[in-house]
Amino acid sequence: MSQKNRLLTGGRIDRSKTLKFSYNGRQYQGYQGDTLASALLANGVDIVARSFKYSRPRGIVAAGAEEPNAVLQIGSTPATQVPNVRATQQELYNGLVCGATNGWPSVESDIMGLFGKIGGSMMPPGFYYKTFMFPQSMWETYEKYIRKAAGLGYAPTERDPDIYDKMNQHCDLMVVGAGPAGLAAALTAARSGARVILADEQAEFGGHLLSSREKIDGKPAMAWVDAVVEELGSYPNVTLLRRATVNGYHDQNFLTVHQQLTDHLGDRAPAGQARSRLHRVRAHWVVLATGAHERPLVFGNNDVPGCMIASAVATYINRYGVVPGSKLVLMTTNDGAYQTALDWADAGREVVAVVDTRAKADGDLVAAVRKRGIKVMSGSAVIEVQGKKRVSGVTVATIDARGERVSSNAHTLLECDTVASSGGWSPVVHLSCHTGSRPVWRDDIIGFVPGKTVQKQLVAGGVNGTYSLGKVLAEGFAAGQQAVQNLGLNSAKCKQPAVREIREGAPMALFHVPHTKPTSRAPKQFVDLQNDVTAAGIELAAREGFEAIEHVKRYTAMGFGTDQGKLGNINGMAIAAKARGKSIPETGTTVFRPNYTPITFGALAGRDAGALFDPKRYTAMHKWHVEHGAEFEDVGQWKRPWYYPKAGESMQQALNRECRAAREGVAILDATTLGKVDIQGKDAREFLGRVYSNAWAKLDVGKCRYGLMCHEDGMVFDDGVTSCLGENHFLMTTTTGGAAGVLEWLELYHQTEWPELEVYFTSVTDHWATMTLSGPNSRKLLEELVEGVDLSNDNFKFMDWREGKVAGVPARIFRISFTGELSFEVNVQANYGQYVWEKLFEQGAKYDLTPYGTETMHILRAEKGFIIVGQDTDGSMNPYDLGMSWCVGAKKPFSFIGKRGLLREDNLGKNRKQLVGLKTRDPKVVLPEGAQAVADPKQPVPMTLLGHISSSYWSETLGRSIALGFIRGGHERMGETVYYPMADGRVIEAEICSPIFFDPKGERQNV
Amino acid sequence: MQRYSGFGLLKHSLSHHENWQRVWRNPTPKKKYDVIIVGGGGHGLSTAYYLAKEHGITNVAVLERGHLGGGNICRNTTIVRSNYLWDESAALYEHSMKLWEGLSQDLNYNQMFSQRGCYHTCHTLQDLRTNERLVYANHLQGVDNEMVYADQLQKEIPALDCSKDARYPVLGASVQRRAGNARHDAVAWGYARAADSLGVDLIQNCEVIDLEINDGKITGVKTKDYGVIKADRVGCVVAGHSGVLAKMAGFELPLESHPLQALVSEPIKPFLDTVLMSNHVHGYMSQSDKGDLVIGAGIDGWVGYGQRGSYGIIEHTIQAIVELFPLTSRVRMNRQWGGIVDTCPDASPIISDTPVKNLFFNCGWGTGGFKGTPGSGNLFAHTLAHGKPHPVAEPFSMFRFHSGKLIDEHGAAGVAH
Amino acid sequence: MLHIYCPHCGEYREEEEFHCKGQAHIPRPLDPDNCSDEEWGNYMYFRHNPKGLHHEIWYHSTGCQKFFNITRDTVTYEIKEVYKMGEQPSVAAKG
Repeated sequence: MSQKNRLLTGGRIDRSKTLKFSYNGRQYQGYQGDTLASALLANGVDIVARSFKYSRPRGIVAAGAEEPNAVLQIGSTPATQVPNVRATQQELYNGLVCGATNGWPSVESDIMGLFGKIGGSMMPPGFYYKTFMFPQSMWETYEKYIRKAAGLGYAPTERDPDIYDKMNQHCDLMVVGAGPAGLAAALTAARSGARVILADEQAEFGGHLLSSREKIDGKPAMAWVDAVVEELGSYPNVTLLRRATVNGYHDQNFLTVHQQLTDHLGDRAPAGQARSRLHRVRAHWVVLATGAHERPLVFGNNDVPGCMIASAVATYINRYGVVPGSKLVLMTTNDGAYQTALDWADAGREVVAVVDTRAKADGDLVAAVRKRGIKVMSGSAVIEVQGKKRVSGVTVATIDARGERVSSNAHTLLECDTVASSGGWSPVVHLSCHTGSRPVWRDDIIGFVPGKTVQKQLVAGGVNGTYSLGKVLAEGFAAGQQAVQNLGLNSAKCKQPAVREIREGAPMALFHVPHTKPTSRAPKQFVDLQNDVTAAGIELAAREGFEAIEHVKRYTAMGFGTDQGKLGNINGMAIAAKARGKSIPETGTTVFRPNYTPITFGALAGRDAGALFDPKRYTAMHKWHVEHGAEFEDVGQWKRPWYYPKAGESMQQALNRECRAAREGVAILDATTLGKVDIQGKDAREFLGRVYSNAWAKLDVGKCRYGLMCHEDGMVFDDGVTSCLGENHFLMTTTTGGAAGVLEWLELYHQTEWPELEVYFTSVTDHWATMTLSGPNSRKLLEELVEGVDLSNDNFKFMDWREGKVAGVPARIFRISFTGELSFEVNVQANYGQYVWEKLFEQGAKYDLTPYGTETMHILRAEKGFIIVGQDTDGSMNPYDLGMSWCVGAKKPFSFIGKRGLLREDNLGKNRKQLVGLKTRDPKVVLPEGAQAVADPKQPVPMTLLGHISSSYWSETLGRSIALGFIRGGHERMGETVYYPMADGRVIEAEICSPIFFDPKGERQNV
Repeated sequence: MQRYSGFGLLKHSLSHHENWQRVWRNPTPKKKYDVIIVGGGGHGLSTAYYLAKEHGITNVAVLERGHLGGGNICRNTTIVRSNYLWDESAALYEHSMKLWEGLSQDLNYNQMFSQRGCYHTCHTLQDLRTNERLVYANHLQGVDNEMVYADQLQKEIPALDCSKDARYPVLGASVQRRAGNARHDAVAWGYARAADSLGVDLIQNCEVIDLEINDGKITGVKTKDYGVIKADRVGCVVAGHSGVLAKMAGFELPLESHPLQALVSEPIKPFLDTVLMSNHVHGYMSQSDKGDLVIGAGIDGWVGYGQRGSYGIIEHTIQAIVELFPLTSRVRMNRQWGGIVDTCPDASPIISDTPVKNLFFNCGWGTGGFKGTPGSGNLFAHTLAHGKPHPVAEPFSMFRFHSGKLIDEHGAAGVAH
Repeated sequence: MLHIYCPHCGEYREEEEFHCKGQAHIPRPLDPDNCSDEEWGNYMYFRHNPKGLHHEIWYHSTGCQKFFNITRDTVTYEIKEVYKMGEQPSVAAKG
């Protein structure tokens, strides 16, 4: 049965190019130009899915983005699986492998369908809220089984081999949709010299003209399309994007356009190509020419495979040369759908009847159908479909003019295998809603059109409720001209092509075909096929009091599928409105959100994934660290050496060795990552006094000082040493992670509060490589390499800085210490960093110069009781809590940032958590960081917590463990014992002590 | 109230579900109530329920501008947890957690509360320290929480990329195993139905346009459609719109309303049976019983009442998710949306009296309101019933922003969601 | 995503280059030491948070690193004007 539904001629497919594909393990053939859906229909495949709740067999319903059923798994390898592909939008390629996502043992004969049949009546909307709760603890067991039935397709099991591009675009006019309206608008703007982007989701431009048999200027419509596209392609100011869905319309005319680049070629992009490109477009003006979706009618068993929307049937015939059945019954509320009957008949297959719900139908197309001798049943409706896996017939009853009642007897039974239905059209208002604009109901077109918006947006064609080709073209040209005018350009002439006007009768508003039985007892009448939402379900929701349209949607799950209710929402809203006796606009609209159609995470992430997720910052000496076996720690974006294990060394052994070197010999730290801000200007000193908590008025040139920075609430947020380079020139250092924030903070206060101060800030973090020599031998080593600086204690005191040369390279040397040892911090231009570093090691070999990382730095400073902002603080500690009242210039004339905050009631309390040292009773036990102190470990839970351990280490220097931590009122509790209960039941006992464990008088740094 | 059960479903299926009762009435408001609750979202409805159930105050109206449960309760990512750092917060959220644990039966409405656990991943040494501190604190506060490290974590969440060559390798995570998800709509509807059955009037489409205040005391509210409705006490539970109501009462709040976005993928076969949050790479995700990946995005830095945020945040969030779960690269994002969250400077809520006598506010839940729904309502009901806060709610006074006694969960708890 | 005209750079740039620093026109009290706890708390934390027009400070963080003001509608997100620090808005927000 090879392509039994394929016509011998016609359509836009290339019959000379046969493509093979497999569906559910069976081999099929299609042609170049097919979609997966048209190829499946050509081969007579009826069932493409099992429904979500009732496991009912489902077939292809539509031919585009609105398809709810044909959602397939594509992919031939574990890494290239693509879940949830709409077959109607997937171009066929040779070797395509796909399958249905549900159904066991197969989608054709699914066991679950049986349960669906039996259990279905127990599953009205919201049934899960009403059961599975006895006892509550069992829910998770029920849930396990529910989750087994969850989901459509599956995610790949291996890493995605493909890459995804992004491109930022700017244009004068973005035209969304390349149907007749969009093409006309784009042509007008392009001829006027505007920069235009025209995007359409399909592989070819033309929109509905691709499947239409209408004529423009007396020729097939596509001839006009081809000419326009050719002309547009010739303009350098026009960008044409095919296979490009505008999936989001964001504020201030920002649109995201997802362009598929290779999905039509295979499940994996060819080498070197991106799988898709996301265009991020900023447009001065936008023309929405997104067209309309046909509404299916809602009637009994309207989900049986073979039930389709009328325009889709026409599309399969005209565009793909596929007639998806043999015997058609067409049900319609409008004239337009009659074309489908003509197309079907022209394809040589039988039209059993056109069932028109209107009492009278007399437009041109109706006349044409009658003339062909096709039976037209006016004032009638299909109330029920027969058939299980494929339509076998329909029941037709007469229907009253308001669409509220059908005759209870004298039904006509018609034998057929296809039911095409049309309830009119719903404008594709989705994009216009994305920026918060509410659509507006229009009775005359029986649909919502875009509402008021603050975006620079125009609409044309179907989206505006305009459906006849001549008017659509006119609106397109007009929108183009309007855009050109709004852009201030001169509008070029465009001659409106001639289109024969087709006379149409008035459509009927019908959203739900009544059955002879009440809705609750009638065969299921589906509204949202993907989520198995029925008319009965919606009426039940309304009966139960779910009256707001959002309630109805949520209670029934209507519109929450991957099709986002493109087919079903309007019908569902109308049914809900009717159940409440209200009109559709009274019931309210529903708002569409991005995406218009779903797009891959990969496309959204673009190149900013994996290695490019976030930049890595390296210091100038990074290569050396790598070569010398450093383990690294992430600090902000920086990669900092953490410690340098030697072969066979454990981490603790390496730390012990590094610590000994710093305390007994000489060791070196790469401190480049600390933030550095160059501050200049005659008011620089005044400014420092305002942003630091301590005093800066008297810092002389050549001197350095430690400073604390607080927020206005008095809480410490950064610290560092600032050096006076000249009378009006300072160099501030900040924490590694805080650098950018501090610079912004300085700029904020300067630009917004104190613009009268003359001061300038420049980040120089990357300009300098910083290497800190620490240890008793540091002077000896540095002396061997320094020029122009006397390093002796008399001439270069602690907290001084000098300029000179190190290893022949101009350097700033700061005699500051974070280890408590004699220490020199050498700064050279970053370009020379590695050179000077290596020179130090050459020269330092005889002193066994030892590199140390952040972990040893942490240990050494903790031995001295120095805090690390961010580790020992968390935004809730003020300088007093940290025992740093010496760093608060309470008498400074200007009320520095944080001063007033410090004086608030709660900051004055004695019982705040205060930084102290803690020594475990057992010196071998190292308290875990984060452990919480209590006064009495036997108290019942919840216990009263006194404070946590913020830093804790084994101190090789002291031969015991040390810790810094917080204790309520701790400064007054020296010598007291506190307890740290562990999760395993152990309790660690510790004594509160001074946080300065080593060299309390600070003698070693002054030698 | 018509009781719900599996048996009831069976019975009603025999009569084609034609006889289900309304879940709540649609009453016309009375002239006066003992208590008016402004805002029919999750917190407002739970407040009404506990007022009636625990305090016997049933002459209560909930005034809702739109439809019940139409605010952030239906726009969140449904995460429930109680592993907060500070004692005050831990007590508040654990109070809520205990109510969650019996809620389905209490309300006779399945909340689908699934205690599938919630992980906070650690990507730096400081992340580890922060989470270890949290775990130690929770342990002594009576809140379950534990650390798992990379190897073990990889076993527990196979889809998570725990490899060492990631940009910010996962070093470990804290996990609260009692945490999880619940069904957001069920929470609102369950509380509404239960409150209604106890006599509370739930008034929808009733916008409060002014507050009636005399001599510094509130006496009622002015509504758009029903004029003035009197009340002895008024509780405002309007999340993002708190600032608007406070302005009517003549004071400001330490709040800003920001857009917070979330998004879902298309439904795919479940591969993630827990909740995972990463503060460091800025993404969090769970997978619903329908198969959707439910992903929370970041908060926009500016005030916004438009229920939509900036697109850039969506991109950043997805980048984080792909970084954490590389296998999602080919999964499609279906839909995004936004809510309006009212955020406090210290990332803790306000349950408080106000400068106006008998007027109380419950707001500032920021990005974390869903989990607080039962506890918030329970404590606020107590506050409204007694005219002064419940001890657990006491630290959450709006006046802490004057005294300085903040409960700063920013730096401390890492993730504020 | 907002499209923001930086008055210092003189051109429109994407929001990703900026961040918002909250309500504008809240001068730091000139004499903090004489503020009550309430006044200081109000200065630090209490905000208009309007639904409608809002004056706010923005920072061109990955651009010129200058601060400036924006008057923006917090519902429609329309930017009504941008103006430099020290200047007054021509479109006034209420309250």
